Amino acid sequence: MSEQEPAMAAGGKGPLLTASKLSVTFTVGAAFGARIRKENFLLRAVDGVDLEIQRGEALAVVGESGSGKSTLARALTGIAPVTAGEMIFDGRKLAARRRGRDRRRIQMVFQDPYSSLNPRLTVGSMLSELLKVHKVVPRSEVESFSRELLSLVGLSDEALTAYPRQFSGGQRQRVAIARALALRPDLLIADEPVSALDVSVQATILNLLRDLRAELGLTLMLISHNLAVVRHLCDRVAVMYLGRIVEVAPTEELFSNPQHPYTQALLAAIPTLEPGSLDEEPAITGDPPSPLNIPSGCRFRTRCPLAEQICHDQDPELRAGPASAGHRAACHFAFAAAGAAAPAGGAGQD
Amino acid sequence: MTAAVSPGGASAGPMLQVRDLHVRIATRRGTVRAVDGVSFEVPRGEALGLVGESGSGKSMTLRSILGVLPPEASVTAGQIVLDGQDLVPLGQNELNRIRGPKMSMIFQEPMSALNPVMRVGAQIAEGPMLHQGLSRGKAAERALDLMRRVGIPHPERRMRSYPHEFSGGMRQRVMIAIALSCEPEVILCDEPTTALDVTIQDQILRLLARLCRESGVSLIFVTHDLPVVAQICQQVAVMYGGRLAECGPVRDVLHDPRHPYTLGLVRSAPDFDNVRESLVPIPGAPPSLITPPDGCRFHPRCKFAEEDCQVIEPPMRPLPGGRATACLHYERTIESLEAERAGQSLTAAEDAS
Repeated sequence: MSEQEPAMAAGGKGPLLTASKLSVTFTVGAAFGARIRKENFLLRAVDGVDLEIQRGEALAVVGESGSGKSTLARALTGIAPVTAGEMIFDGRKLAARRRGRDRRRIQMVFQDPYSSLNPRLTVGSMLSELLKVHKVVPRSEVESFSRELLSLVGLSDEALTAYPRQFSGGQRQRVAIARALALRPDLLIADEPVSALDVSVQATILNLLRDLRAELGLTLMLISHNLAVVRHLCDRVAVMYLGRIVEVAPTEELFSNPQHPYTQALLAAIPTLEPGSLDEEPAITGDPPSPLNIPSGCRFRTRCPLAEQICHDQDPELRAGPASAGHRAACHFAFAAAGAAAPAGGAGQD
Repeated sequence: MTAAVSPGGASAGPMLQVRDLHVRIATRRGTVRAVDGVSFEVPRGEALGLVGESGSGKSMTLRSILGVLPPEASVTAGQIVLDGQDLVPLGQNELNRIRGPKMSMIFQEPMSALNPVMRVGAQIAEGPMLHQGLSRGKAAERALDLMRRVGIPHPERRMRSYPHEFSGGMRQRVMIAIALSCEPEVILCDEPTTALDVTIQDQILRLLARLCRESGVSLIFVTHDLPVVAQICQQVAVMYGGRLAECGPVRDVLHDPRHPYTLGLVRSAPDFDNVRESLVPIPGAPPSLITPPDGCRFHPRCKFAEEDCQVIEPPMRPLPGGRATACLHYERTIESLEAERAGQSLTAAEDAS
């Protein structure tokens, strides 16, 4: 289960999905009003993301709220309009308006299983509609295929005639996963699939995703803010901050040897079961800046304990470290010397 | 566990005691036994974590302490003793004299708990003016000082801002300033960091820990997040189906559970420091509190359950080390933990050789 080489894998035909310089921009409020007030009205939710997803891997995208991780997922699925950049899926460029087959091959599971299922359709009619529209299986096999899907996600046949309201949160999320899998996607994008669920139920869904990967050889992109979940499930992690990927590395490499100061702060902030001392200053102070007003140069410099003049002037590129091409970080001081880049406490107080 | 010296407390007993609390909610489908005989105490200057899943009764317990139950819910039995005074029989007017100066609350969603059309300075100053009779000017000074203490930058300017002008973390700091404004002895926290990002959560937890240490205030911290409890609380009480499953010092309970439900919770949550091959979920679903199962409420989901668990309602059984468990067969939990550890050290030894 360890995918280490992000370079062109010999067996496959390159990465499953490549996004380059991908941007998604929203306008906020009226352009005219903003011009009068001399304010920025362009919200750069995703701001030049380069990302490769390898065949069969589980890639996690982590970041705080407002970092653009959900928008990135929506852009990859084709439900958020892409402003700039391009996506290459399985060797072909994806058009702005996707055709049936391209839509089918990238599927998404949403965070809230209470609002992402149509309350007026039974699970059976929901699945059969999908299967018929996309002609996944011949009409005569729709029902048997639906049953297969439900058993795959651990639901009984009775679920076919039930409405979403009759299920618990965890079961609804199973239905949502079955719906996504109905189209036999190559890439499954799960946007915070467990954060709306209770702790004891979260585990069942995480285990299900893990089993499905092994069984179906699925490529998984998991969006999460919970690094413990990510560590449990994923091979590779990309850290997002204000619309940009600031560090990407194989999971254990990222957790044991984080290079970007933001990643370091994020890891330091995770509470663990080991009672710690809350006496020291927090690893990172202040709030993230607004995506309406992204700082010049390095976007993390306003909260960064290491920031210097160069961070103000130059936007650091996502560059690979000397040890392995799989570990890349967008920091001027990354990979400098072993251990030299560790931030010493909260230097940037307010 | 550090023994905190009670700061000028007249009586040396616990700050807050909840004894055999029962809360019932009337619904169209029947009476929900939301809280069913819960007892715990909060020592002076310490933080108690109240842990449980949704529907375990933890929020209802907290709301009955503050006296803000929804209209269809009521306390049907039990006592809530704050600093020697039972709060249950008190009316709203009497409670109003206690809420603020003696206890206050921090809510999960600061945006819906703050008044959107009132400047935050005025919201912080309101309590001291009402409860302590401070003049407008003195109260404003107090507000300014509080904003500084909770780490809001440029407090002179920010006093005049409205809640929507603050970020989530800053709003929660405003909530904390309001909660502290009348120098209470107990602060009730209802998932105060659940809506926040992890770096902001870290800041808020550190702030709360520092304020507790400085002012000797006691906390009740309701959450479903075990790692957060491990960080901020000294004591923990685990709730399940309206009852207490287990309570005791936080380290002992989370590392060495004495109730199968606690063990299940710890095993099912992905722990950042300890990556396991597979998570072990708790099978089944939480019980209906309209018709709760007989005997132990956890028995339908418990892998250690025996016949007597289906009939005997397990009492809270005191254990050494200031702990207690509501499990008839808690030795099973110990055996299971020991077996697991033996297995781990075995594989570790194999790895080493």
